[in-house]
Amino acid sequence: MTSATGIGARVVRTEDKRFLTGTGRYVDDLPLARATYAYFLRSPHAHAKIKSIDISAAEKSPGVVNIFTGKDLVDAKVGGLICGWVVKDKNGEPHKSPPHPVMAVDTVRYVGDTVAMVVANSYDEAKDAAEAIRVDYEVLPAIVDLAKAFDKGAPQVHAEAPGNLIYDWEIGVKADVDAAFAKAAHVTKMDIVNNRLIPNAMEPRAAAAEYDKGTGNYTLWSTSQNPHVLRLILSAFVLGIPEHKLRVIAPDVGGGFGSKIFCYADETMVCWAASRVGRPIKWTAERTESFQTDCHGRDHVTHAELALDKDGKFLALKVETIANMGAYLSTFSTAVPTYLYATLLAGQYTTPLIYANVKAAVTHTAPVDAYRGAGRPEATFVIETIVSKAAAELKMDPAELRRKNFIPAEAFPYQTPVALQYDSGNYPPIIDEAMRIADYAGFEARRAEAKSRGKLRGIGFSSYIEACGLAPSQVIGQLGGGVGQWESAQIKFNPTGNVQVITGSHSHGQGHETTFAQLVHDRLGVPMDQIEVVHGDTSTTTFGMGTYGSRSLAVGGSAIMKATDKIIAKGKKIAAHLMEADVADVVFENGTFKVAGTDKAVPLAQAVFAAYVPHNYPLAEIEPGMDENAFYDPANFVYPAGTQICEVEIDPETGIVEVIAHTAVDDFGNIINPMIVEGQVHGGIVQGVGQALFEGAVYDKNTGQLLSGSFMDYTMPRADNFPSFKLGYKVTPCPHNPLGVKGCGEAGAIAAPAAVMNAVHNALAPIGVKHVEMPATPLNVWQSIQGAQRAAAE
Amino acid sequence: MTISVAMTVNGKSVSGKVEARTLLVQFLREHLGMTGTHVGCDTSQCGACVVHVDGQSVKSCTMLAVQAEGAKVTTIEGLAPSADKLHPMQEAFRDNHALQCGFCTPGMVMSAIDMVKRHNYQLDEATVRRELEGNLCRCTGYHNIVKAILAAAPAMKSAGV
Ligand code: FES
Ligand code: FES
Repeated sequence: MTSATGIGARVVRTEDKRFLTGTGRYVDDLPLARATYAYFLRSPHAHAKIKSIDISAAEKSPGVVNIFTGKDLVDAKVGGLICGWVVKDKNGEPHKSPPHPVMAVDTVRYVGDTVAMVVANSYDEAKDAAEAIRVDYEVLPAIVDLAKAFDKGAPQVHAEAPGNLIYDWEIGVKADVDAAFAKAAHVTKMDIVNNRLIPNAMEPRAAAAEYDKGTGNYTLWSTSQNPHVLRLILSAFVLGIPEHKLRVIAPDVGGGFGSKIFCYADETMVCWAASRVGRPIKWTAERTESFQTDCHGRDHVTHAELALDKDGKFLALKVETIANMGAYLSTFSTAVPTYLYATLLAGQYTTPLIYANVKAAVTHTAPVDAYRGAGRPEATFVIETIVSKAAAELKMDPAELRRKNFIPAEAFPYQTPVALQYDSGNYPPIIDEAMRIADYAGFEARRAEAKSRGKLRGIGFSSYIEACGLAPSQVIGQLGGGVGQWESAQIKFNPTGNVQVITGSHSHGQGHETTFAQLVHDRLGVPMDQIEVVHGDTSTTTFGMGTYGSRSLAVGGSAIMKATDKIIAKGKKIAAHLMEADVADVVFENGTFKVAGTDKAVPLAQAVFAAYVPHNYPLAEIEPGMDENAFYDPANFVYPAGTQICEVEIDPETGIVEVIAHTAVDDFGNIINPMIVEGQVHGGIVQGVGQALFEGAVYDKNTGQLLSGSFMDYTMPRADNFPSFKLGYKVTPCPHNPLGVKGCGEAGAIAAPAAVMNAVHNALAPIGVKHVEMPATPLNVWQSIQGAQRAAAE
Repeated sequence: MTISVAMTVNGKSVSGKVEARTLLVQFLREHLGMTGTHVGCDTSQCGACVVHVDGQSVKSCTMLAVQAEGAKVTTIEGLAPSADKLHPMQEAFRDNHALQCGFCTPGMVMSAIDMVKRHNYQLDEATVRRELEGNLCRCTGYHNIVKAILAAAPAMKSAGV
């Protein structure tokens, strides 16, 4: 069925009205009677021994209810926070797992590490009291510089991780790759840094908890992207509260981008303390705390080499990466620079041999984990930068070199040398369309015109692939992941014919309340305003793995489709009974059961009513009620792909880079709501351009202080940093999920950094600049220009 | 020590007892329970907290509640003319998909209305982008916010708001 509000329609969002009228309900908005407020005392040092903590003065501060320190947790036998993904070292050993106490006991390991929790009658009183806590620290040397983490004599973060090494992991056969390099006509080499980012969802993380003495039940409200996963971790590993006695609710959540996937110390404390305090507890991070304690993203140092034959065919790729884990291993941190990174290094190309070696390091910095794209932006940045560099070295057109090496359409399904099997795709038409939209043919004229104004103009490509729609559970299990990766859906009709769609996915901006309703409307013919999408509460949803890795539609949407199948199958039986027809003759069209070739018809609503008021109903054969559950476990990842083209202008006097145009053409498979998809791409591009030009977490190399710890010091992309974007689509439907969809949430952020940096390098090449690191701030660019001019003068 | 404060919020007289340090945004959210206005930072940079005070857009995290004594304050909750009708700016945000998670949205909408009026309903893309300097959004990439504001300007003019 296709209607004005069905699959493929630009339906305005149902959720918008509450957000536009100030009636959304985020965690901090909850009115909780008799609430207390928590404030966390954080470590001001990157590395220190805690010699003593004196809370006696603070306890007398007005309004204080309770103060907890790490020692209280030890006494209560609270477990540490966990890393849920076991990555095996080169030698088959599991990665090093240093303990991650919820609150520091004797050592703090990054600025922001949690030291004490103050609970008071008001937030300001809690904060005032925290100032009266006396912590005697013995400050120790810290290591924050990733490139030096493995140096002899570097300060050690954990005794359990000698040399600061968490794992030394590899994929591919090094000897084969080396042999290919020996025969190469050309080798391109590159050293690059993938800069560390701070997610900065606009809603700071928050938690609130309540304990019901009568039932022994806990309720935790959290800014979580995956409330069931949070409950599972807290129950099974950290707090030991039985899973059925803990309800986790993630209400409206103001953006996540990965940073709200993980189980954090503060929400754990709020939940744990609720029963001890005996009153509800609320906590919301100040932005400074978000900067210090939200898991950061990226942070790689990489050396890569690409071997090509004389015609420009890629022969082999070799990549060595050091990845920063921060001070502790966060929930999924270990998987990000391995299975979500190195397995993507084939990109869109037929490179037959790939070897990657990844060493993960601990440092005295905030934990690093998945951030929009998680591993895949880092992989794309490596591939797409080195391919453009190779093209420049070989004086080939960068589009031409890409086209020469694209996996041809007829080669799908395509087995890469790094484990993944791409299910579908057709890359050449994507780059063609991007070049058409970006008017690539007219670029040299624009460059010449810019030159006449004293500006350096450049253009850059980035052709990305991502594996998302996480994920086939058995594959994840084989790779060391600790959870299943299916999704659940429930379609629950009410007797009056309206319907609740209960999903295990979680929306924190993605618009599921609209997109998922469109699916059900399209499939079952129920009007949009009769459909309610319910999510984010462990007590209303069967179970759910939540939202990350662009999985909600491909996996969660597929589960919904499976549940609609069951509704239709049951409805057919009821309708057959009501029409006195054979089930085999009943068809379902536009919301009505019919018997082909007759005028007999039973609308779905009538079958639903009969199911709840089963007076004339085949009770001997089918149960009453119309409520179906489905779990969907994907057969493979999904593989969105696309090309972005960025055009920049650089002022050589100031080093300011201006994005003049940015084009993205994507293959997301079938599209349910183009309006929402465009929004996802826009937002992703801005995060990607943000990484390339503006954003970067900076720790002071000596003191380990976070220098970029506020919006004054960390450059967030703003509206006037961008032009309007130009988007296009090509569609190859995903062959293995019922909707043919691929996922669009991360693509923008995955592809953009390389497109921007290739444009920057393209602009600066004529004046001899060889390399600029991200973020290409005016200072970085200006210094690179000065360096090139000095080198030319010598 | 508490201080009494009284003002008009969305056309209603309100009053309360606050500490001297209580910010206007805290007064709105915690004393009046009007949680539509958000707090996204501690350095007055994100704009999630923008409200109108005596017709001008103000970051309510930069103003003490007592400074709003006697003022007329309008928040996101007070914009829509009725339960089933939105302000043209709210309408334009919805029609143009100018919001995703909705957290920056109240501040964006309040800033945008003030922007349109200050520019006498005449805006171009570059002006809108420049004027959004004080409002951060992490979701939308601003593209559709800019589109929405440009669409709302003439709609506000013809609606006389
Ligand atoms: S809360 Fe960020 S500017 Fe007011
Ligand atoms: S819509 Fe999420 S921050 Fe703007």
